Amino acid sequence: MRQVCVVGVGFSQWGEVWRRSLRGLFVDAAMNAIKNAGVDHLDSLYVGCMASGPFVSQEHLGALMADYLGMKGLPAMRVESACASGGMAFRQAFIEVAGGFSDIVMASGVEKMTDCSGDDATAALAMAADQEYEVFNGATFPGLYALMAHAHMARYGTTRQMLSAIAVKNHKNGAKNPVAQYPFEITIEGVEKSVMIADPLHILDCSPITDGAAAVIVTTEEIARKLGKPYIKVLGSGLATDTIQLAHRADLTTIKASTLAAERALKMAGKTIRDVQFAEVHDCFTIAELVILESIGVYKPGQAGPAILAGETALEGKFPVNSSGGLKSKGHPVGATGIAQIAEVYKQLTGQAEKGRQIPGSPKIGMTQNMGGSGASSVVHIMEVA
Amino acid sequence: MTMFSSRNWREYPQRYRLEASKFKKSGKTYFPPRAVDPETGDTAQEMVKLPDTGKIVTYTVIRTAPSQWTEIAPYALAIAELTDGTRLMAQVVDCDVNAVKIGMEIRIEFRRIQSESDHGVLSYGYKFVPKWY
Amino acid sequence: MAGIVGYGAHLPRHRIKVEEIAKVWGADAPSYKKGLMLREKSVPPPDMDTITLAVEAAKNALKRSGGVNPVDIGAIYIGSESHPYAVKPSGTVVAEAIGATPDIHCADFEFACKAGSEAMFVALSHVDSGYMKYALAIAADTSQGAPSDALEFSAAAGAGAFIMGKDNLIAECLFTHSYMTDMPDFWRREHQFYPQHGGRFTGEEAYFAHTKGASKALLKKSGLKPSDFTYAVFHQPNGKFPQRVAFELGFTQEQIDPGWLAPRLGNTYSGASPIGLTATLDVSKPGDLIFMCSYGSGAGSDGFVWKVTQRIDEVRDKAVRTHKLLDENLIYVDYGTYAKFRRKIKMNE
Repeated sequence: MRQVCVVGVGFSQWGEVWRRSLRGLFVDAAMNAIKNAGVDHLDSLYVGCMASGPFVSQEHLGALMADYLGMKGLPAMRVESACASGGMAFRQAFIEVAGGFSDIVMASGVEKMTDCSGDDATAALAMAADQEYEVFNGATFPGLYALMAHAHMARYGTTRQMLSAIAVKNHKNGAKNPVAQYPFEITIEGVEKSVMIADPLHILDCSPITDGAAAVIVTTEEIARKLGKPYIKVLGSGLATDTIQLAHRADLTTIKASTLAAERALKMAGKTIRDVQFAEVHDCFTIAELVILESIGVYKPGQAGPAILAGETALEGKFPVNSSGGLKSKGHPVGATGIAQIAEVYKQLTGQAEKGRQIPGSPKIGMTQNMGGSGASSVVHIMEVA
Repeated sequence: MTMFSSRNWREYPQRYRLEASKFKKSGKTYFPPRAVDPETGDTAQEMVKLPDTGKIVTYTVIRTAPSQWTEIAPYALAIAELTDGTRLMAQVVDCDVNAVKIGMEIRIEFRRIQSESDHGVLSYGYKFVPKWY
Repeated sequence: MAGIVGYGAHLPRHRIKVEEIAKVWGADAPSYKKGLMLREKSVPPPDMDTITLAVEAAKNALKRSGGVNPVDIGAIYIGSESHPYAVKPSGTVVAEAIGATPDIHCADFEFACKAGSEAMFVALSHVDSGYMKYALAIAADTSQGAPSDALEFSAAAGAGAFIMGKDNLIAECLFTHSYMTDMPDFWRREHQFYPQHGGRFTGEEAYFAHTKGASKALLKKSGLKPSDFTYAVFHQPNGKFPQRVAFELGFTQEQIDPGWLAPRLGNTYSGASPIGLTATLDVSKPGDLIFMCSYGSGAGSDGFVWKVTQRIDEVRDKAVRTHKLLDENLIYVDYGTYAKFRRKIKMNE
């Protein structure tokens, strides 16, 4: 297996990007990543996207994106695993380079979510759940995570304030991120006074509907070194699945797929969770960040909430989480999210995070955790400074 | 989105009669039925009907609902564990949504789940109601 | 003769008070309360319809049937004026839900408020003739009265279900009599949402003439007199009509009391006298005679004489009693909620 590196990253504009289409968002991010890495060609392309069909009636993204990137003929394919599509696309690029099949691969993600009604967007996102036994009966995505939240609160005494603190912390980080859709700070009271979506989750517990794309260049260490640009090493990649239905999980307070994915990624990296210094995790809802931190072993069950309240996951805390602002503040163009997480770890490890949001102490090892649906799929990557 | 009627029709044994599969080796019941027991890999099974009472394991109240559900919003949604240990998700109706709690005893009732406007097919299935008698 | 092997009812928990409806239309609540003896009525929530009420009532009937296997039921007949589909039977859904398919005959009946007793009559006949072992008759409605119309104060929802058979009876049917003329007192044309009616023309010549016509013929046929009966149940479009017709025929308040549900339930249309019968069976004793007479606009009445057997004591609490559903754990709604529940608010498609 060859050492795999990330050598450049690029974003499109994120938010309600009325002037860009699905392909336009992708091309913006892809060209930025190519420029950032300084590569003169690609050997192949992966496009992570959850639901371009339901959102904008467009499938067949591999060919479409290669074509509009001016690279017709390029091996290109789409990867889908709901909200984990981006992380999965990155894993495919990692495998292709590690296995020696290609030398320079673009892993990208894109989602155009605002060209449809709010109802249609909700329906599209709900396609990640079990249509026949969850969505048919009225489940929505906030609803599924709200079910986990109440279970966690009942079992561990997790409080409303702990959830609010996650949103406040992520907005504080996102306020300094130029990509962020909602780059402003919020307060605990603000979260708790915001409109209730699905008890106990308010609108400010939820990640928004976002248009956006992100791309990274995945290559070998030899090429990365030659390019002369800052790069990071990918030490481990882990992927796991769980039951599609929440009702089929024995424990509703943990996300087993994330536990398994983290164990696999750490094992490949030859590290333990204690070696990891910061993480970008999939905070589609505040409760998700809390549950994930326990599921991947950063905290023991029931301990993440108090740690978050104590500031341990803040930018200057002992284990900074979502320095990018997370899905909450940065935005959540579902297919792009997993790639954006990799890009954030790249920026942090190479000291390129924007002013005021660089994690202090030059961390050496970072991690991403991306997941689909209510946690039925999860992908984890461990990265190290070169 | 319009649900083609065959998709609902196929699920009648589960939605109408709560038919589940019980595996011979493990004695475990799965709803909806599945071909392979995830614990043992066993495929030998028999059809059983789920009991119609249980307790709420976790719940939420959907207050901001997609327009498809505005007619019934706000509505409570829960996972319940039935008396045989099987868990399933359904709406909790016939009570104040603010009164739904973990541990609340429920009974399963046959209800209309979805209707495609005034002209489409009607979909029926199961919902939870408080077990008050 | 054949009779009832299992019976059950189902009612919504939601109610609206007469005052709440009267307030919206500036109507005189006391005149409805005193004049028509209506206090409140049941309101089906949006996820309840004739089919769902029928399924739950049928399940309760099965619970009281002493183990009738649903696949042994040879026919399912549902009488209603609010079948959810104009084309597509209600009975197929109900039969599927209780596990009675596919070797079964099915028909939906419609005869205004008499559709339920029609279903009972036909089911009884099939079983009595030996044509099949069991037949299931269900009377269910989620009726709508036009906003502000007098019917809005009474149109309600509920269901009663009866498994007819020949052995192991809870109540034997001793006599029946049906009585019918063509009568334009109440109707709903195809594609119309609300029914229309002839106002006071629905009284003397319609309800009373037919109810009395069938009742008198049934008493004559049976050689029984009102005082021979422990209980009597009549169609109840409001609280007043069944009481008046009972008195005019020589029955007493005590006889109609257990099945006189309209003051608190409203008019459950096809379900009215059948649900009244379930409530009466709930309190009856072995040997009791029960007189029953339905009425459906259009117009006609079906009369039945039931004789309660020993089995009643064993089965009455195998399922929820009708009065429990009528009296306990009610949820009162305001007119806005009622209008939303009954789809009276014009929405965007």
